[in-house]
Amino acid sequence: MKYILMMTGTKADFDWYAKWPKKDLEAQFAFMHDFNKDLKDSGRLVAAEGLAFPDQAKIVRAGKDGEPITDGVFPESKEFLAGYWIVDVESAEEAYRIAARASAAPHPPRRGQLGTQENQPIEVRQVMSGPPEELLR
Amino acid sequence: MTGQPSDVEHLLRELAPQVLGTVVRRFRDFAASEDAVQESLLAAAIQWPREGLPDNPLAWLTQVAFRRMVDQIRSESARRRREYETALEASRTSESVVAEPGPREDDTLVVLFMCCHPALTQSSAIALTLRAVGGLTTAEIAHAFLVPEATMAQRISRAKQSIKSSGIPFQLPTGQERAQRLRAVLHVLYLIFNEGYTSSTGPNLRRDDLSHEAIRLTRIVHKLQPDDPEVAGLLALMLLTDARRPARTRAGGELIPLAQQDRALWDKQQIAEGVALISAALPKGSVGLYQLQAAIAAVHDEAARAEDTDWPQILALYDLLRRMSANPMVALNYAVAAAMVHGPAKGLELLDELQADARLAGHHRLDAVRGHLLELTGDRKEAARHYRAAAGKTGSLPERNYLLAQAARLSSELQPMSERE
Repeated sequence: MKYILMMTGTKADFDWYAKWPKKDLEAQFAFMHDFNKDLKDSGRLVAAEGLAFPDQAKIVRAGKDGEPITDGVFPESKEFLAGYWIVDVESAEEAYRIAARASAAPHPPRRGQLGTQENQPIEVRQVMSGPPEELLR
Repeated sequence: MTGQPSDVEHLLRELAPQVLGTVVRRFRDFAASEDAVQESLLAAAIQWPREGLPDNPLAWLTQVAFRRMVDQIRSESARRRREYETALEASRTSESVVAEPGPREDDTLVVLFMCCHPALTQSSAIALTLRAVGGLTTAEIAHAFLVPEATMAQRISRAKQSIKSSGIPFQLPTGQERAQRLRAVLHVLYLIFNEGYTSSTGPNLRRDDLSHEAIRLTRIVHKLQPDDPEVAGLLALMLLTDARRPARTRAGGELIPLAQQDRALWDKQQIAEGVALISAALPKGSVGLYQLQAAIAAVHDEAARAEDTDWPQILALYDLLRRMSANPMVALNYAVAAAMVHGPAKGLELLDELQADARLAGHHRLDAVRGHLLELTGDRKEAARHYRAAAGKTGSLPERNYLLAQAARLSSELQPMSERE
């Protein structure tokens, strides 16, 4: 079974991340490197990508003539995808355990929550598979 | 795994486990032997189509694998002197492989037992079985499971590591253990079949090859264990299920439920073979889960039209099956069969009992079956609601499309014409 693990954040979260001290960034880079390597070495990794910061993000809709109409104005509360992993595992619980590890990535105290260590939320969703065994009807 | 395998590929896949058996018996190191055999298969895949088949393909492959083992051991440091000497001895005698007693028939079985050892995770056992017994390349296996080749390579190498550290000897287990290990082998083959049967087919993907590969491997086990009725049962189940494949989906990939399939498209030859196998296995008196499932598949396959289906017999078979299996899906299918025999009210009554089963809690099939039975009672509105609930929970895209279409059909039938868009 394949699951996608998505890390998201608001514009404020990205701004905060961009200001992390060097040692925190290095700790996070090292963590992600090890985390990705473990996923690969354990034969579970299908794909992993990080996305560019949402500064240039656009929402595109087709106009009447099919031409793209772009909009780059977003509410403060909008959650942007920061990156994702797709893992091939034997159960949802296994996907949750992997997500929990990603969630526990090291980070400096969050703004306004000095001293607290609230972990990064990771959204876990099943990737749709092919048809089931048999439909009795 | 694109296109049909050539004759050379067929031959290589056939010989792969036999070569591996011989190499492992000589060198003991399963992991390294498996790599060496894989390399010899690759060499043959390149060389044979160009230069023609060698006189003795088995001996050719074995010799190349032997040399590869020797090269590898030679290149290791002196701290492994003991292996080095064994290797030298092997290299001196490798020219006489042809004269040696050939691979033992049981080798294929021993290799299967190793690949499906309970110490391995299911996904590792599946991958290793396809490579070591099936003779597929890592790239082919990765392609079939839609994961990167590097990921699959790691899965296989970890599986071999587990085998190494568990110290499983390269020999057939005996007595009770043998019976248990054979069950594990059958389960892995069943999973490979299902992976092929239940996966979508996209451009350049022929995942149904996995089902054919599972059938081929199960045939080998059946040949080696002709008197085991569960092996025959599994082979029959695969053939009887696979026979319906051409009728199972529309061109666009939409699912067609059993009752609506065009039975003219079913593979008659496979059905005949499956029916013969299960008919011969059942009287042997050791009825197991695969035989019962095959028997159920046979009853479906033998009905010329859906309305001719012998539901009382299917109900009786599911009744036996649910006594032997704790699988809640069996109980669910029993409820469907009961509804077909005694009416939807009986089926819904059984579903109410299942509702309390924690293993089924939140499972989409429970909602899907309830939707179907409610539709049979004429309660279209509630039926549509349950179809939608099931659609929200399934992890299968074609099934979700199917369930949404069911709900939409019922809802549009509910609305007066004027309200339809």
